[in-house]
Amino acid sequence: MLGSTTLPPELEAARDEIRQRALDLGLDFFEVIFEMVDFKQMNELAAYMGFPRRYPHWRWGMEYERLKRSYEYGLHKIYEMVINNDPCYAYLLANNELVDQKIVMAHVYAHSDFFKNNLWFAHTNRRMLDEMANHATRISRYIDRYGLEEVEDFLDICLSLENLIDRHSVAIRRHPQPSPKPADEDEDEEDLAVRRPEVPRLHVPGAYMDRYVNPPELLRAEAERRRQEARRRSERFPPEPERDVLLFLLEHAPLKSWQHDVLSIVREEAYYFAPQGMTKIMNEGWASYWHSTIMTQTGVMSDAEVVDYADHHAGTVAMSLYRINPYKIGLELFRDIEERWNKGQFGKAWEECDDMQARREWDLGLGLGRQKIFEVRRIYNDVGFIDTFFTEEFCNRHKLFTYKYNERTNQYEIDSRDFQAIKQKLLFSLTNFGYPIIYVADANYRNRGELYLVHQHEGVDLDLDYARPTLVNLYRIWKRPVHVETVVGDVPRLLSFDGKEHSFRKLERRRTV
Amino acid sequence: MDTVSRIERDNRRFKEIARGHIKKHLRHYISRGELIGRRGRHLVSIPIPQIDIPQFRFGRQRRGGVGQGEGEPGTPIGVGEPQPGQGQAGDQPGEHILEVELTFEELAQIMAEELELPRIQPKGKKNIVSEKDRYSGIRRVGPESLRHFKRTYREALKREIMSGTYNPANPVVIPIREDKRYRSWKEVRKPESNAVIIYMMDVSGSMGDEQKEIVRIEAFWIDTWLRSQYENIETRYIIHDAVAREVDRHTFFHTRESGGTMISSAYELCLKIIQEHYPPDEWNIYPFHFSDGDNWGGGDTQKCIALLEEELLPVVNLFCYGQVESYYGSGEFIRDLRDHFGSDHEVLVLSEIEGRDGIYDSIKTFLGKGR
Repeated sequence: MLGSTTLPPELEAARDEIRQRALDLGLDFFEVIFEMVDFKQMNELAAYMGFPRRYPHWRWGMEYERLKRSYEYGLHKIYEMVINNDPCYAYLLANNELVDQKIVMAHVYAHSDFFKNNLWFAHTNRRMLDEMANHATRISRYIDRYGLEEVEDFLDICLSLENLIDRHSVAIRRHPQPSPKPADEDEDEEDLAVRRPEVPRLHVPGAYMDRYVNPPELLRAEAERRRQEARRRSERFPPEPERDVLLFLLEHAPLKSWQHDVLSIVREEAYYFAPQGMTKIMNEGWASYWHSTIMTQTGVMSDAEVVDYADHHAGTVAMSLYRINPYKIGLELFRDIEERWNKGQFGKAWEECDDMQARREWDLGLGLGRQKIFEVRRIYNDVGFIDTFFTEEFCNRHKLFTYKYNERTNQYEIDSRDFQAIKQKLLFSLTNFGYPIIYVADANYRNRGELYLVHQHEGVDLDLDYARPTLVNLYRIWKRPVHVETVVGDVPRLLSFDGKEHSFRKLERRRTV
Repeated sequence: MDTVSRIERDNRRFKEIARGHIKKHLRHYISRGELIGRRGRHLVSIPIPQIDIPQFRFGRQRRGGVGQGEGEPGTPIGVGEPQPGQGQAGDQPGEHILEVELTFEELAQIMAEELELPRIQPKGKKNIVSEKDRYSGIRRVGPESLRHFKRTYREALKREIMSGTYNPANPVVIPIREDKRYRSWKEVRKPESNAVIIYMMDVSGSMGDEQKEIVRIEAFWIDTWLRSQYENIETRYIIHDAVAREVDRHTFFHTRESGGTMISSAYELCLKIIQEHYPPDEWNIYPFHFSDGDNWGGGDTQKCIALLEEELLPVVNLFCYGQVESYYGSGEFIRDLRDHFGSDHEVLVLSEIEGRDGIYDSIKTFLGKGR
């Protein structure tokens, strides 16, 4: 590792105390190993997204350049960084004030608790530190064998497609059960209907009623419909639209074995990082909730440190005109949930009460707050979190608004303070991690093995300046013409690249899947 | 620590790629002039947008979002598309623009590769040999002003420890004469080539701001290139309308006169400066003249040709005339020169600059001679 894992005695003492307080409060975390690093090492680690070993690639160098510059100009300072691993690794910036380090420690223990317990992290590899190093070794070996340019070029292609994964796949079964074989020639239709359990039948206690409750004609018609559906499906490839485009390419694109491995590395890392993007508000909110709780309510802070603590904390949760601060919104939502469940402000009676006075004074004294927020941190991601707990009262209290671009004045200006509009915009920005939803619809388009993707358009157009070079990269993997169906300015369009040139054709109608 | 070298390796690779990007878009950078405001003493920082990896993503601009704070609907919260180059960090809903720093040598090298500029063979047999003192060693004698405190102390400490007089409880170390160490120097002799660039520009009424901007941009790149080729460069600036005078750099780019144009006045002054300060056997001389091609009728153009032919061309490495297209200029002058000298002259280089996009080719014409 980079820095030193032996902490100075005062930090060691602070860590032990904070760790014990966190345990007492019910946090359940992977053990955390703190390392002291200087700002240069911190910038390096941040460029590598927290991991001391990543595969060689110029974009880490670019990120490092940016961080270095920005640090030199005094525009940022990274206080903490933590990686989802068992044990968790967290980095402390040397030369920070003791009180800053205490805040970071409390914050990090809560992150670690979140990594360990939130459902969306359940699939992630908890030995990722080793795995990343392993990836680095594999890619370095390919570079030695096939040359830097060649491997880097292919990595660039993979990274260009890296967001085309199915973020929810870890929780959803997208593919139906395998369809049964079609009936044999000599089989009686009625036998078939009986044998086929997949045509649902209503349960009848006595057999004599069965013909009436489940009339054979109806079953036959249903079976026929299903058979046709199955046939139609088997003619299509892939039979179901595939959201995990990277997986599809891994399985079906003409890749060399090393390329296959590189693509699978990129995909694995994309899945590893996906839940962090999906729980940004919750994760930071949770950590901020606990660092403020531990710091202010358990006596780990001396009187002299209070002002510095307040200053640091205020900086963390500062509001911005242009974007919501996940630390702030997350923290306030958790506090709001805690208060509502403490006072019993939920359920049918609460929802139906429109007497403002009564709502303000509503307190059933249930004291369920803590229990509830632990439950929330376990089962939600940001989309569900906002959808469920972002209320109109909360929205007004925190003075949220939507903004839009005004062409006439070349300025962004406040658009609306309407609750539904704000919530919709927030949810939209969180859906699919803010990326467009794109899936493989047809890999044998025009019966010529061309790849046909569909962008599920939901009101916002693709950035065409980016889409075109991305399509070129897709072509370089698929090696046959590639298409993406999308909507540009309310007109359905098919964006294609055939290996030589781009085309941008108007479509009569959108493909529905 | 091997991680240090790892990030440095990736950082180096990124810079290579960024350099490639600059090379590829050199025409863009040359014609925009945005680099001029970004130079320091040794470095120039170059903004490079969008070296990022393309992905399917939503159109960035004008998407809007959710913010937090006071204000009624309609209250402006910030300016739209940030102007490129005003690298505002943080709050703007715009893009980050990264800056890459290059030294002038690197920039000149990129120019050389992309414009296929040959290295200049300095003329003149006796290039000045300069002597430089370089402090690179230690010796036992020397003036007190060069005493090396640390070394002296160390020697004294060694001696005291060896002789047993060092007392840890009272760690006073007193150097004696034998302990003293002094910095010493070496004389480094370096051949040095000198060059002078003499910029001349027509500032008569017909040269507008756009024309001057073009000259300014062109001068930046000429400077960058020639600086990479010579140890020691001097620049002189002459402006002229009907009369010529020597000015400083700022005045050169910011003066506007309304009079007529007599180019010969500038050539005479240029010649005078050369004769007084820059003996041609010691100096490499580069006069650059920019105008819109208008000259006083009558015999002035003939006078210019005579001056060039008899006095200037024999002593300079290169005489470059750049004619900037303008609405008012007749563009006669370059034709007259071309008629007289032909377009393939050894020393006289002529170039017509049609707007900013012409700068790239013009520089290539001027500097492609390798003289």
